[in-house]
Amino acid sequence: MKSTAELIETQSQPALQSPIKNKAISFFVKYGTLLVIVALILSFTILNDRFLTYSNFADILRSISIVTLVALGVTFTLIVGGFDLSVGSTVSLATIASAASLVWFRQELLVALLIPILLGIAIGLINAFITIKIRIPDLLATLAVMYIVNGIQLTYTKGFSIYNNMPMSDGTTAPGKFIPSFLFIGQGEIAGVPFPAIFMIFCVILVHLFLTYTRAGRLLYMTGSNREAARLSGVAVQRYRTLAYVLSGLFASIAGIVLASRIGTGQVSAGAPLLMDGVAAALIGYSVLGAGKPNAIGTFIGAVLIGILLNGLTMLNVPYYAQDIIKGTILIGALAFTFYQNKREIKM
Amino acid sequence: MKQLTIENISKSFGTTPVLKNVSLTIHAGEVHALLGTNGAGKSTLMKIVCGDYERDSGSISLNGQPLSIRNPSDAKKAGIGIVVQEVDTALFPALSVSENIWADSLNDSPFKLYSSNKERKKTKQLLETLGIPLDPTKLASECTLSEKQLILIARAMAHDVHYLILDEPTAPLSIEETKLLFDLIHKLKRKGVGIIYISHRMPEIEKISDRFTILRDGNVHLTAETKAISTDEIIANMVGSAIGKKKNRNRIGTNHTLFRAEDVYVPETRKTINLLLNQGEIIGIAGLVGAGKSETALALFGASKPQKGKIHLHNRTYRFRSPGDAIKAGVCLIPEERRQTGILLDFSLTENLTLPSLRRHSKKGLLNRKKEESYASSQINQLGIKAASAQEPIHYLSGGNQQKASIGKWLYEDQNVFLFDEPTKGIDVKAKAEVLELIKLLADEGKGILYFSSEIDELLEISDKILVMYDGEITATLTGDDMNHASIMQAATGGKAIEINS
Repeated sequence: MKSTAELIETQSQPALQSPIKNKAISFFVKYGTLLVIVALILSFTILNDRFLTYSNFADILRSISIVTLVALGVTFTLIVGGFDLSVGSTVSLATIASAASLVWFRQELLVALLIPILLGIAIGLINAFITIKIRIPDLLATLAVMYIVNGIQLTYTKGFSIYNNMPMSDGTTAPGKFIPSFLFIGQGEIAGVPFPAIFMIFCVILVHLFLTYTRAGRLLYMTGSNREAARLSGVAVQRYRTLAYVLSGLFASIAGIVLASRIGTGQVSAGAPLLMDGVAAALIGYSVLGAGKPNAIGTFIGAVLIGILLNGLTMLNVPYYAQDIIKGTILIGALAFTFYQNKREIKM
Repeated sequence: MKQLTIENISKSFGTTPVLKNVSLTIHAGEVHALLGTNGAGKSTLMKIVCGDYERDSGSISLNGQPLSIRNPSDAKKAGIGIVVQEVDTALFPALSVSENIWADSLNDSPFKLYSSNKERKKTKQLLETLGIPLDPTKLASECTLSEKQLILIARAMAHDVHYLILDEPTAPLSIEETKLLFDLIHKLKRKGVGIIYISHRMPEIEKISDRFTILRDGNVHLTAETKAISTDEIIANMVGSAIGKKKNRNRIGTNHTLFRAEDVYVPETRKTINLLLNQGEIIGIAGLVGAGKSETALALFGASKPQKGKIHLHNRTYRFRSPGDAIKAGVCLIPEERRQTGILLDFSLTENLTLPSLRRHSKKGLLNRKKEESYASSQINQLGIKAASAQEPIHYLSGGNQQKASIGKWLYEDQNVFLFDEPTKGIDVKAKAEVLELIKLLADEGKGILYFSSEIDELLEISDKILVMYDGEITATLTGDDMNHASIMQAATGGKAIEINS
């Protein structure tokens, strides 16, 4: 091991090299992502006078609410050092499940919420079982589950979307409809603020408090940081990994409910694009305030960044297919700060 | 005369000299055993011969011709091969036996077309002449440890190796597998291959080697014919006679049984362990690297699968199914690989210190940060951990301070039995003394200590009683004046088992 003298020497070395450069790097590592958001808002405001309006920001919040919910789930699996590719399919399945219970089976609000949530939890448990008990690597296991879940929602609907007054296979019209109380979740407003935005912020705060101030939150991080060390310290690592997958499924299913309510129909495979946006938001979250690890506030900021970017670019008439290029570039930028910093620390 | 000559090799790491003018001659067709305690410089010397390390000074020559060995491929070209101890690091698991054997020649001419049919025939021939019963098409990942070793030997022979280094080849082998290996070694001898045989197992050395060289503290201490000298004399020469003065601590151990392991199965060594630990007693568990100490410690802690056997503690009987169970019962482990498994490098000193006792610093699942921090800071003071801040990630601390943290996290009143696995590894002399002092203090408080180590001096300093492990089993129990270097080494190298009751 290093002697004390050596340690002092190596630690002071970077400072000797160039204090200004180092300070600049540390500053960007910490505030880079936030600066990018501010810069984006400024430039979009200059380029388009309708950008900086209350209604537009309400729009942005409404549009990112679903991605944020998915991303919060992804955050949990990233924390325990896993990965969940099945969240997109889970969103789709939850959307279909709530639409079907309302339209096909004329169920009330509670059922239309409970069924998708239970499905989401079940998918989480299946993912946990396959990765932890059968020991298939998480990427492969959740990839397989992604296909299966996607197939289930397609088979169940025979590939058709579910909407009010749709014709049934026996020639009659569907008995139920999207009831107003359900539609409020995705479309309602409280004091002029979109309800999904309020709900999203509530969830972000809840997850943040859970991760920061509870024992379970601490142990989730420890499980992800070094599973063997955590296990030898008495942490029930398998239980916390299971918890992460279950929470991932849970948040995906909640996102599915909000999505169904927002568009007022049950679109098949509607959740597919949310997987990548959710993962991107959670990964950008690493860089927020120099956290260097998945975290709830960061994930939210990541979703905000993506949301502002897409909104502004759409207003500037940048075609949607070109927006992915910019999304990818932003992701590299955010991750570069995080991982460059990590490398520096390891060298020291 | 055909021989490989190593002359006046010196090597230092930083300012620490590891080899001091080592000279060694290996004749063609002989088995030359290389002996020495841990840290004597055996591995370093062999790595220099194979081109892994560069020597600081000295020369290596083959039949009088000086060799320039700068990298492993130079050594191979000169006809020097090695079968490393960790066979998996040298094999490609997804390739067949045959492909693994010829892997090096692929490297020499990557774009040459080759016929796998021809290659397989060549392999078959080679394996037949060596008497190795292996299917050339079998995947390396499906081979047993001994088969993997045979692949490596075959690979060396495929390249016309004249000198072969075997580094503790029998450590993972069963008796039959060892016999097969020895047959092969005899065959190689007859072909005129010179073999450098590194092992800690005296019975084997006696059986297989023609001559031996003992390294001690980086010097050649003795080279002689194996027949001319007895095992006891060899051990005495390895250990040296000057050392062995025991600074015994004032024994406070009581006769109240605290912890008893009954038939605890250790999956890696396929052996079962029985032992008994009294309150306030420090039992040293000696054994060379590879004797199965770490594996045994993990099994006693409930950290290996499958779990078999019982643990009696405070008149209660347990079966630990996970480390969590052991911790709840009051047994804790300070693992050997501190940075990998003892502490969480990304987390702060506080978070590391409070991890096992986190339940005490939280209420209904909510963390009480204030309580946590005040507990941690009192621990930091008590242990004398030097840290700029308790909130900084622990990887900024020195090894000694990290080790204190990895012990300190267990120092809350529920813990009664401490398993220490090489606790002084990689820490400086001062920190070492502090750690040993801390362990003695724990024993004085009535805790039971199992101290697993291959450092004999430390074991002698701290233990009330020493158990010696050989090949996964406890082969000797030493107390009182029998606790000395020679008897530990004798038992640890497979000399006759000693049972002394006092």
